[in-house]
Amino acid sequence: MLNFILVLLSALLIPGIIIRTKSLCSGRKGPGLFQPLRDVRVLLMKGSVISPVTTVIFRIAPSLAMATVITASMLIPMGRQGAVISFAGDFVFFSYLLALGKFFMILAALDTGSSFEGMGANREALYSMLVEPAFLLLMGTFAMFTGYTSFADIFSHLNFGNTFTLIAGIICFYLLIQISMIENSRLPVDDPKTHLELTMVHEVMVLDYSGFDLALVHMATWIKFTMFGALISNSLVPPDWHIAWQILLFLGLQMLFGIMIGLMESFRARNKMMKNPQFILSLTAIAMMAFAMVLIFMNK
Amino acid sequence: MKDTITISQQPYSLSLNELPIPDYSVFCKVVTHLLSKEAAHCVNYFAVPDKDSLLFLCLIANDEAHTIDILAHKGGGPLASLTPVIPALHIFEREIHENYGVQFEGHPWLKPVRFARDSNGNSYPMDDYPFYSIDSHELHEVGVGPVHAGVIEPGHFRFLCNGEKVLHLEIQLGYQHRGVEKLMGEGRNGLQRAVCAENIAGDTAVGHSIAHASALEALTGVPLPVNLYLERAIALELERMAMHIGDTAALCTDVAYQLGQVVNESLRTIVINTTQLWCGNRFGKGLIRPFGTHYPLSGELTSRVKKNLKEAMKRFLPMSDRMLSMPSLLARYEGIGIVTREQVVSIGAVGMAARMAGLNRDIRHSHPDEAYRTIHFYPAVRDSGDVMARALLRRMEVEASCQLILDMLTLLEQEKAELPLPDYSLSLPPDSLSFSMVEGWRGEICHTILTDSQGKIRHYKVKDPSLHNWMALTLAVRDQEISDFPVCNKSFNLSYCGHDL
Repeated sequence: MLNFILVLLSALLIPGIIIRTKSLCSGRKGPGLFQPLRDVRVLLMKGSVISPVTTVIFRIAPSLAMATVITASMLIPMGRQGAVISFAGDFVFFSYLLALGKFFMILAALDTGSSFEGMGANREALYSMLVEPAFLLLMGTFAMFTGYTSFADIFSHLNFGNTFTLIAGIICFYLLIQISMIENSRLPVDDPKTHLELTMVHEVMVLDYSGFDLALVHMATWIKFTMFGALISNSLVPPDWHIAWQILLFLGLQMLFGIMIGLMESFRARNKMMKNPQFILSLTAIAMMAFAMVLIFMNK
Repeated sequence: MKDTITISQQPYSLSLNELPIPDYSVFCKVVTHLLSKEAAHCVNYFAVPDKDSLLFLCLIANDEAHTIDILAHKGGGPLASLTPVIPALHIFEREIHENYGVQFEGHPWLKPVRFARDSNGNSYPMDDYPFYSIDSHELHEVGVGPVHAGVIEPGHFRFLCNGEKVLHLEIQLGYQHRGVEKLMGEGRNGLQRAVCAENIAGDTAVGHSIAHASALEALTGVPLPVNLYLERAIALELERMAMHIGDTAALCTDVAYQLGQVVNESLRTIVINTTQLWCGNRFGKGLIRPFGTHYPLSGELTSRVKKNLKEAMKRFLPMSDRMLSMPSLLARYEGIGIVTREQVVSIGAVGMAARMAGLNRDIRHSHPDEAYRTIHFYPAVRDSGDVMARALLRRMEVEASCQLILDMLTLLEQEKAELPLPDYSLSLPPDSLSFSMVEGWRGEICHTILTDSQGKIRHYKVKDPSLHNWMALTLAVRDQEISDFPVCNKSFNLSYCGHDL
């Protein structure tokens, strides 16, 4: 249960940290760390305006997306604490839970009949489809490396003792960070700050949501982001430490993850839309490389 | 009898009685001949009601010969269109058709310029407007605007797309039509006109008010001290710097490069605050007035201007170097939104839109006014015609403008003549025509004034560079990704209200 609470807790802080980092990098003071929370609070108190041309799919999609993300976060372990739900091969379940939420968001975007949202849905579907093999290959690499097939077992048995495993570890972290950027529609694939309908991916898909539903969409994104951060932090927290130190280190690493995302987004431009598939496929290629590396290393 | 009047200096004024009025067939022949040269372009072509018929006036400038030809013809009936031979004239013929119902036979598409149908039948709602469409199951249309997500002006863009690729873009403007030309003409006093002129396009307040003042001054022929012209040119260059830096920031925003955005935005503030320091308004409103000025540039102010410019350039150049050599930005700018030199020539693009494709077209160089005649100036030109060329050109022009301002400030120190106060009461000569051209930051602005037999303003014609250049944007996005439209659009940053008037 502890891990689940920690993931939700850091989900409340990470968006504020990213925004603050980006503000500081651009020479501004920026809003307070809790501003995104205040914004969401306002949204939660508002009613939703629902377009009359939409069907029930449009209404249930945000709740479904939220539900899938919360369920998925229950699969994330912390150190030796284990996860709320854990079974062999649960990372496949994790991957498709997220896909299910996304699937409904895409349907909801098409449901509105807007040409922009259709365009955004089309792009989001393509990118999620392309990033899936990279994630599964990465998890497969971990599974082969540790010999276990559930998140909880994999992360409690990961160790980066020698140089070789350290190199493999660095590659895997790089992949996890990039995959989390794509899954959460951030730079370089998408720009969460843009207001230009023609260039948006995720933002344009949720244009028709307002009030409570929009708050759900925002919060689902935060949790999703944090989950990927938690996967990275997990593998760096030594399982034999005292539990209090583990929690502190975990939260510290999560904050560091937020700061890193903020830095990455401050000093580069976004990809050209047509280059995105190429960029995402290159991640799959790197994942394959890591897979082959571990395969050789394990003498299988 | 000669068919045209060829002059080599602007602003210029002449009596309407001197104007030769040949037949339309002769007019066509002369225009076709003049515009067959690559260096020539049509500055303005418009009609003025003349008793029961129309008087058509056409200005053609040649960049290399440094001349301007004034042509005219009269008539009321249908005319043979010149657009099939000279595509650049399409917009002028459409405007005349819209305003006076003149039929141009053979014009490929007499699409309205500012109204949904035409100015006589503008009760037609816009949502009924017949956009160019295509009957296909594979292609789709995307309509953007007239209300946009950002704080920008209204305009409708209709894309025909094949997936993410744009096949065709149709731009429908006119939402900002305020009847500027009418306001500038009838029953206004000089001050009202001056205020109206600086509000033609909010981001070109200085450019348009200089064009207005010069046209009036040319009409009356009152001699003015050279330092007044120099001060106006300094204001114009400050405006150019501010707008180019602001647009550089916008180019960064569109590709999500945060650092470039915030640095350039803050530098733009330094420049526009300098203008504010001078005249109390950041956009230079109230600074330019006909026949004089309320805000002489001297003493303390001069050194403050120099100091601010040095500060801005000290930070702008390294930022710009970094930005224009960063791989992730180059990937977004290079080879995107290309307009070829051939296209630029055929659509008669002016200003930046011409110079980015290798065409050396700059009024400051080809037809300099009083101020630019005093200094040596050669415009910056790029030739790749893509977003990168436009971004680089902005940087080069910012640098050049800064140097021009510093040079002019030095010249200004030697000119001690007392500057007169503005005068709005001077009477204008009867039956005259005068025009002025100014290289605003977007390109060539042209104001034309015609007076009647009592010396009152009979017709006032404004031309903003955007009128020619919107077509360049349409060509730039062809076969590009639809998601690159914003960056192409920003790289031109054309004016909606300057077009709509």
